Order: sequence, then C-alpha cells, then structure tokens
Amino acid sequence: MGTIIELTGVNKIYGTNHVVKDLNLTVEEGEFLTLLGSSGCGKTTTLRMIAGFEEPTTGSIKVEGESIEEKEPFERNVNTVFQTYALFPHKTIFDNIAYGLKMKKVPKAEIKERVLDMMDMVQLTGFENRYPSQLSGGQKQRVAIARALINRPRVLLLDEPLGALDLKLRKQMQLELKRLQKKLNITFIYVTHDQEEALTMSDRIAIMHDGVVDQLASPKDIYEHPATRFVATFIGETNTYDGCVTSMTDGVATVTLENGAVRVKCDDSFNILEYATVSVRPESMRFDTKPHEGFELVAVVKDFIYVGSVLKCIVSLPNGNELKIERLSGQELPEIGSRIYPYWDPMDGVLIHNDSYKIFKALDEIKLA
Amino acid sequence: MKNMSKHDLKSNTIPAVVTVGPVALLLLLLVLAPLILVTVMSLCQTDEFYNVVYRFTLVNYSKLLSPDYIKIYGQSLLIAFITTLICVLIGYPFSYVIARTKSKKRQLFYMLVIIPFWTNSLIRIYGWRTFLGSSGWLNKLLMAMGVAAEPIELLYKTGTTVLGMVYCFIPFMVLPLYTAIEKLDASLLEASSDLGARPVKTLFEVILPLTSSGLFSGCIMVFIPCLGYFFVSNILGGGNTDMIGNLIERQFKSANNWPLGAALSIILIVVTLILVKIYQKLGGDMDSLGV
Amino acid sequence: MRKAKKEKRIKRLSIVFCLLVYLFLFLPIFVVVSNSFNATTTKPYLSWKGFTFDWYVKLWDNSALLESFGNTIIIALASTILATIIGTLGAVGIYRYKFKGKGIINGLLYIPVVIPEIVIGIALLTIFTNANVPRGMLTLILSHVSFSVPYVIFNVRARLSGYDKSIEEASMDLGANRVVTFFEITLPVLMPGIAGGALLAFTLSIDDVIISYFVNGQTKTYPLKVMESIKSGVSPDVNALSTLVLVGTIVLVYITQSGILSGKHNKI
Repeated sequence: MGTIIELTGVNKIYGTNHVVKDLNLTVEEGEFLTLLGSSGCGKTTTLRMIAGFEEPTTGSIKVEGESIEEKEPFERNVNTVFQTYALFPHKTIFDNIAYGLKMKKVPKAEIKERVLDMMDMVQLTGFENRYPSQLSGGQKQRVAIARALINRPRVLLLDEPLGALDLKLRKQMQLELKRLQKKLNITFIYVTHDQEEALTMSDRIAIMHDGVVDQLASPKDIYEHPATRFVATFIGETNTYDGCVTSMTDGVATVTLENGAVRVKCDDSFNILEYATVSVRPESMRFDTKPHEGFELVAVVKDFIYVGSVLKCIVSLPNGNELKIERLSGQELPEIGSRIYPYWDPMDGVLIHNDSYKIFKALDEIKLA
Repeated sequence: MKNMSKHDLKSNTIPAVVTVGPVALLLLLLVLAPLILVTVMSLCQTDEFYNVVYRFTLVNYSKLLSPDYIKIYGQSLLIAFITTLICVLIGYPFSYVIARTKSKKRQLFYMLVIIPFWTNSLIRIYGWRTFLGSSGWLNKLLMAMGVAAEPIELLYKTGTTVLGMVYCFIPFMVLPLYTAIEKLDASLLEASSDLGARPVKTLFEVILPLTSSGLFSGCIMVFIPCLGYFFVSNILGGGNTDMIGNLIERQFKSANNWPLGAALSIILIVVTLILVKIYQKLGGDMDSLGV
Repeated sequence: MRKAKKEKRIKRLSIVFCLLVYLFLFLPIFVVVSNSFNATTTKPYLSWKGFTFDWYVKLWDNSALLESFGNTIIIALASTILATIIGTLGAVGIYRYKFKGKGIINGLLYIPVVIPEIVIGIALLTIFTNANVPRGMLTLILSHVSFSVPYVIFNVRARLSGYDKSIEEASMDLGANRVVTFFEITLPVLMPGIAGGALLAFTLSIDDVIISYFVNGQTKTYPLKVMESIKSGVSPDVNALSTLVLVGTIVLVYITQSGILSGKHNKI
C-alpha cells in the first residue's frame, strides 16, 4: 500500500468563482475514498481534474508519483463512471464495453473474451447486442461500470454513479460496487452528496465544503469525532450548542451557553474562554425530571416522532432552539408541555473549535492593534 | 489570453481553429466581403461603357426615388404582403390538420408537401403558365362547361403573379407551422376546454400563442424572398407585375448599371434587416428559419 | 349525437380542404408530366397532339440538356459534400469551443438564409468579377456552398442541443484521442442531423435558379437551361427529364427515409 494519487495545493478558479481552494489530498492505493459534499462544493470539479477534463488553475496532481497535469484524458491511466452514464447511444452494449480495449488495439479475440468475462461479472450476459436505449437504469449503470473497469485502470473515478437510480436499486448497487472494488483491488474515488452512501461504502471520506476539505477520515471517525461544525451537522443528525469553555478538569470541559452550561470531554487543543461548539448525537442524549449534575439545561417537550424502533423527542430550549433526543420505543415518555432536564455522558459529546469565532477574534485583534 | 496553457491550446484553440476556421473563412469571403462590396459599389459611378468607377456619388440613391421605381416598390410590397397573407390563411389550417393527424399517415402527408419541390421550380411555374394559358387546361375546361365562350386571359396579371408566389412559398409557411403545431401538447387543448373555453377561444388563447413562433418564422420566410423572386413575375406576370427583384436583375443582366442595381439591393437588405429585427422582438428564434 | 355529427362535418370539411391544397401543390406537376407524353412537335409545344414516349427517347440526343443536367448534379454533389463537411465541423466547433467573434459568425450565418437570394447572387457576382475569378463551375460550386452551409449548421445544431457532451469525455477517458472521438462518437451520433442538412443542401442546390443565374458564366445548369427555353416554349423533352428526376428523387428519398434518417437506436 502506498500513495497512488497526490493533489498538492490545487486551485480551480472559473472567472471570479473559486471552486476548489488550495486542496491537498492523498489517496492510498486500493482504498475506497469518497468525496462527500453538497452540490457546488467542488467535489465533481476535483474528480474532473484528476480525470483530465479540467485543468487545475494552480497546483499539481500526481498519479503514482508522476505529474499528469500536462496529460490528456486519453493518456491517463484512470477511468471514469459518469453521472449520466454517457453510454454511446449508437453502439451496442458489447461495443460500448469493448471501446477502451479497441482504442488500445487489443487483439479482437482477447477483446471478445475480456468483454464477455466482464459482462458476466456485472451480470449482463446476453445483452451484447442490445443498445443503451433498450436497457433499464440499473443495467445502464452496470454497462458504465463494466466499460470503465475492463481497462484495468489504477484508479476508477465515479461521479455520483447511483444518483439516477431508485432507492432500492441504489442500496443493491452500493453493495455490488463495494464487492467489485474489493475483488479487483482497484482504487475508487467516489463522488456523492449522499452521506449514507458515503458511510456505507467508503474506507475514508473527504468532506468538502466551499472548495475546502473539512475533514478526511474513516466513516467512524467522521461520525464520532467531527472536526468542524459543518461536518458535525452534515453527517447524521446532531444537536449543537455554541458556547464558551469556562473550565477544564481531567479532560472534561464545562461549556457555558447562552442559557445554561453543559459538560463534554475535551483535549489539550482547547483553552479556557475559547468559544466552541458542543455536538451531541440524538442517541446519546438523556433527560431527567430533575437537574443533572454539571448540566444547567432546561427544555420543554414539544412533540414525538416515531421512526420504527426508536422515537424522537423534540424539545425546545428557552432561546427557541430545538433539540432531538432519541429513546427506544416502549420507554416511558414525558407529557407534551412538561419540563425536562437534558444531559449526556460527557464522553459521548464532542467539542469542536468554532471557526467563526476565530474570525471574530482575529477581527478584534486587528481593531485593538 | 495571456497565459494560454498547453492544455488550453490542445483542448480549445486548435480544435476551434480546425472546426470553425473553414466556415469562418467562407462566411467572410463569400458573405460578408461581397455584401460590403455591394454597399461600396452602390456609392460608385459608372463610365460611358458602364464600367464601375470607384468614385463616390449618391446619384444611384437619388435614382431610387424616381416615381416609376417607387410604384414598383409599392407593388412589390403589396404582392409580398398578399402572398404572405394567403399563405397564412391556407397554410395554417392545412398545417394544423396534417400536424394533428394521429396516424402514421402524418409522415406521408408531410412528405407530400415536400415532394413537389424536387421538381425544378421554374418548370412548375411554367406548368402553371401552361395550365392557365389561352389554350391551357383551365380555359378548355371552362369552355367545355360553357362558362366561357372564348379563352379568358388569365396570365400577366397581378393575381397570376401572386398565385405563382403563393405556390413557390407555401411550403416555407407550412413547414415551420407544422413543426410548431406538432409540438403542441394535446392536453393543453383539453385543459383549455375543461376550463370552459369554447373552441374559438381556445384557438386565440392557447393554440395561436403557442404556435406563433412557427407563424412568425413562416411569414419571414415567405415575405422576404418573395421580394426578390424575379422569375415568377417574368413567367406569369409577363413584365406587368415587376418587383424589386426584376429591377435589380435588369441592372445586372441587361441595363448593365451595376451601381444602381447595388443601390436597389440595399433596399432589400434594409427591408430584411427591419423585418428580422421585428421578428426577433416578437421572440422569434433565428435558427428555426433554417430548419 | 349533435356533437358527434358536428365533429364529423368538421372532419370531412378539413379533409376536402387538405385535398384541395394538395391539388394546388401537384397540379403543375401533372401538367409537366402529361406534357412529357405530348406528341406535339411545334413550338411552343402547348396544344395536345396525342400520347407518345418519343420525348423520353429524344431526350438522349439533346446533348445540351443532358450536359446541363450533368452540371447540376456535379455542382449539387460537390457543393453538398463541401457544405456538409464545413457545416458539420463548424456547428460542432461553434457549439463547443470558446473563441472570439462567435457572435459575428452566428450573425453572418443567418444572412444567406434570410436575405433575398437575388442580393446574394449579385453580391457574389460582384466579388467574383472584382477578384477576377472566371465564372463557371468553380464559382457555381462556391456559391452553392455559401448558401447551403447555414442550413447544414442549423440542422446539426438542432441535433447538438439534445447532445450529452459527456459521451465524448467518456470516449477520451477510455483512451480515444480527439480525432478518433470525433469519428467514433460525435459524427455517428450527429448523423441524422448531418443527413438532414445534406439533403436540404442538395435540394437547394439542384433547384437553385437565382444565384446560379448570376454566377454561372458560360456554364449552364439544368434550371438555367429551363429558364432559357421558357422564352421560346419549353420542349417536352425537358418535361420528360423532369419527370424522370421526380421519379428518381422519390425513390431515393424513400430509401434514405427508411434508412439513415430513421436510425432507431440513435435516440439521445
């Protein structure tokens, strides 16, 4: 295992639109890396720069240690699965899949063998002579994947490949893609805006936001230790509290909020009087009918939402902010309108540096100077 | 571009030159340059042998204002206008019927409009002359039916020229209308009648507004070329129904006063520009004029 | 019941109306075809003197007429091929690439389409005369290319507007360079538009009278030959040739319509 792709200081600017900002990213050989973010965050542009359809404004892209900015898409040993599939409408399924091999001037007999093998692998045997317009969405998807994989690329780039499929098919294809990736041991770089898809499939996820990677880590790390407020709110459901660190003892900080105080684990990177955000997942939230030690938090029960095996309590704080608290169905419930005292195990919460606060602080310093 | 990279050169500049270069060259040399030259020539004189002398004068433009010419401009505009009007009145209902035909026959009906155009247009116009002439089929029929005692002179009248023009240009009205009407979603008509509109109301509130693009481009494609179709009035009008096109043709082919002919062409260019501007103002798509 | 009756009446009326329009469109063609069988031998060949196939035989001795027809075909083929190549490349280039003067090129494209042909005709005559280009086959072909290129471009452009550009990226991604991609992917997918444009260019070329009339020099095309003969009365061998052409084109178009133009799987 070594580094296969390395992006260093990559910027992409369209006119006045700074789409990718000073991006540094290394992709390990054989891993499944997902670029996750909402539309316009720069994830597709990043992928297209690796494929060679876009050129970085500045910065370098290396594949296996070799700079490739000067290389044309057809000279790069990476292949792409397109969001729209981009199947050639005038070619049969066989010819679509054989296209890359034909370009490499592979002997005809070998092409035939490899195409039929590949069609078998993606369960499309018997469709050789059909045209793309005669296939369903899921089948087109398989053709697109087969067409790219048959070239045995070092890296496969996938741009929201499951976006056009319905939910059930999407779930099925997620597993299939993961299986293919493991079997062929090819590096996948996968672009999606679907966090669940990212969490299910990836070895590592890069969360992109406004052209910047906010966090690059394993799904577990990202879920449990979000690095920024954006990551915390983007991945899964969470409750956030903005406040000021007022004391730190034995790795647990007390954070004073607008209307109360809470406790949460913290590390050495935090300082007393630093503004920070506490993030607690709904499943880690607890509540009681009397105040809990170390927590000064009062809320009123607003509503209950049943979600299968669990039930979500919506409670509201005096400042109007709403929190979600998950309980198992069947547990005793407080009455709507009653007063409760939320708390959690300080080890279950995450304390996050508050970027926006840093900006205010910097501005203050400039003013003072 | 200052920092044109190698990538940009390969992926944009070179392909752009290779693909657009030929058509750009063609348009510059065979469309723009000739029209500029015509404009320049319209401001030039001729010597006694009718050779063009490139010396500035406005004499050609002053000749444009002679009463004889003005009469012909009026006649041209009138013929073009009547032709367009008749093309609309015949072409709209006709296109509507064939475009709303549900069966496979629709393709056939469409082709039947185009097929006559594969026969040379001159010979078809001549066919009309044969048909309408004093010993033509129509006169024979009229006399056989006892409607006329002797052959009626049907040729060499304004009406005959209009007939020839309508004949030449009706497909240019029908084809864009057909395209526009075919695109019309039948559920819109049902919605309109569902909401209480009578058929006539539906026509004016829904059908016409939604097919106006086809109507406008049809009118442009009939009216403008009509002004220049000199051979129709030559064959059917026999010199009695001259149009601007006939005046221009004469300056270049017999009277040999090219600068004057050029000045007359400028009139057509100006009329075209004005009508195209109006067309664009009405929301017309330029591309639909050529398909 | 009353409603059904009314609808039926409207339907019948509209059928009659359409038949009349078709009659109007085809009437002169009936005249042309029937006159090709006219046994008359005296100018202006108008009165009916009985049925004969003679003109279809005599036609082959009329070398001037055949030559003009040959010229028309050569010019139409040459100009259609050139216009189709130039137009297709141009349409793709204009659609795809960024360059200065795109607006000007787009504007110039509309000129041959909207401006009366006679203006184009005299303008080309003027430029050819000034540039000392001898008028003949070459000027005819160039002129025909110049007025048919926009039609090819508009047709290809209509096809391009529903075109998924990522199939070209996919082709390059799979190892095809730009030239291979153009021939393997772009061209076949645009084919229906290109074929439509080429057909239009060919039709416009073989029927062109006005522009050819100004730029032909000594070279006669078939329409110009007809124009010349109109003064003294069109002889029935011209009608015979027209009839043959009509039959030929119907057959030709029947074949192309059921072939290239209806490419089943070419949906995009």
